[in-house]
Amino acid sequence: MSYVPHSDADRQAMLAEIGVESVEELFVDVPEAVRYPEVKLPKPLSEMEILAELQAMSERNADLNHYACFLGAGAYDHFVPSVVGHITGRSEFYTAYTPYQPEVSQGTLQTIFEYQSMVCALTGMEVANASHYDGATSMAEAVIMALAVGRGKRKKVVIAPTVHPEYRATVRTYTQGMGLTIVSDKVPYGEGMPPTSLLLEPAGAGLERLKALIDDDTACVIVQNPDFLGQLESPAALQSLADAIHETGALFIVSADPISLGLFKPPGEYGADIVVGEGQALGNHPSFGGPYLGYFACKQEYVRKMAGRLIGQTVDTRGQRGFVMTLATREQHIRRERATSNICTNEALVALAAGVYLAAMGRCGLRTVAELCYHKAHYAARQIGALEGFDVMGVRPFFKEFVVRCPMPVAKLNRHLLEDWCIIGGYDLGRDYPGMEKYMLLCVTETNTQEEMDRLVKALWETVS
Amino acid sequence: MKIDKNCRYAESHEWVRVDGDEATVGITDYAQEQLSDVVYVELPEVGDVFEKGEVFATVESVKAAADVYMPIGGEIIEVNEELEDAPQLVNEDPFGTAWFARFTASDLSELEDLMDAEVYEKFVAEVETGGG
Repeated sequence: MSYVPHSDADRQAMLAEIGVESVEELFVDVPEAVRYPEVKLPKPLSEMEILAELQAMSERNADLNHYACFLGAGAYDHFVPSVVGHITGRSEFYTAYTPYQPEVSQGTLQTIFEYQSMVCALTGMEVANASHYDGATSMAEAVIMALAVGRGKRKKVVIAPTVHPEYRATVRTYTQGMGLTIVSDKVPYGEGMPPTSLLLEPAGAGLERLKALIDDDTACVIVQNPDFLGQLESPAALQSLADAIHETGALFIVSADPISLGLFKPPGEYGADIVVGEGQALGNHPSFGGPYLGYFACKQEYVRKMAGRLIGQTVDTRGQRGFVMTLATREQHIRRERATSNICTNEALVALAAGVYLAAMGRCGLRTVAELCYHKAHYAARQIGALEGFDVMGVRPFFKEFVVRCPMPVAKLNRHLLEDWCIIGGYDLGRDYPGMEKYMLLCVTETNTQEEMDRLVKALWETVS
Repeated sequence: MKIDKNCRYAESHEWVRVDGDEATVGITDYAQEQLSDVVYVELPEVGDVFEKGEVFATVESVKAAADVYMPIGGEIIEVNEELEDAPQLVNEDPFGTAWFARFTASDLSELEDLMDAEVYEKFVAEVETGGG
């Protein structure tokens, strides 16, 4: 049956109203060759045949069960305990849409509340929302929030060149047309400062450069720690930057890998006003790029300018604990065109996985994961650094990622690693930083075995010699 | 409904009380009643300049968030910081302790566009009977 409710008479009346003869006439602007393409689909297959075909197609992917992976750069392969899948797979949670009515959704609301609480504990912030699409959108929302806190009068955004390149691009996309000046990430970063200089300057130097750019027009300053190149900044230098930012009345936004927060000082302890980041690493597989999870946390005083859903804990008329959506008046579905953001969507199922992961790991478990990443990454860096022709770059401490200067272009090297050694190599920094075509950003997590790391070292050596 | 004879009123339900070229602004008893329990008031900063009709504050209640407009233009010289900790004053005493801001009026002739108490009372009655 047809689901189109219009009769021929209806259609004729509408065509007459807009002054055309036929529906086909509406499409004359589309080039004739592509106007009515013939859809050549193969004949239908049986369920058994189609499963076999899809299986064969999926097996052409290089997947993390069969390949050793040293690629990070924002998406990370951490171990996901099976309890995560058991909880997220329950039909009460595994629905297409997140229900918010407190009368029927106490379970869902409680999981979001617990996720928010754990994000606060992790980041050292006072309030966290129910999540955004991914780390990049979280950062863009943080910028919009900072603009709102500055009452729209402050028009400058200072963003470190070591913030994830895709996040910087997303901030620009989000804020285009708003008349903002986004500074400090254009090459060269200073006199005689090409991108490679980011790996050579001592701790705090990059932050000092940002400090010099802050003025009364600045709405916010954004840094990533550990940064996109894996490097860590000292909490003291970050606190000093925070003080300079706050002196002018701007906000300090920090993007952080949540796994690193199991080991290192949370941004809330060095003056951050808003902490954002990609939450995929918490209980979610990389899955070829999504769905992901943007976590977002801030200080209580800015909560009314925060985007997204917020679940709160309360008591019902009988004094029993319950959970409800709270502060909804600041949001688009009540405040409409005057809301700070027009995105209320959250990644409830992915956030649930993150919440279950954090609850299962606990404070000590997360610290152990972070320590394993740290020590394994440093083992790999030592081994690779000992190879002739390969240099581990950087003078600052790093967490689980580090940059290696290779004797051949990374793109070429990676092809050999993938095809000859079943290894997914590191990130090609030449994609984002001109002149860094031989610089590879390698990532090591707790899932990489010593055998894999030794195989990588051997593969790198044999490929170039 | 309470009404203050010494104020002039905007159709968007703000009142303004003028003393010399200084003025005080707030929202009316009718406005607070429509909003129900006020939970938050966002105020401007001292030194901010607004034209007549511009949004200078926001009131948030348990059921809505509403913008508050300047009944006449001027520069803010004081805001009622007490409302930050005690937004319920807007419900309790809209014409008194729950004033929003004091400002120096930029053009007192703009007052002529506003309603006096009597006209505003009729205006509200019309709105209530479905006239608006």
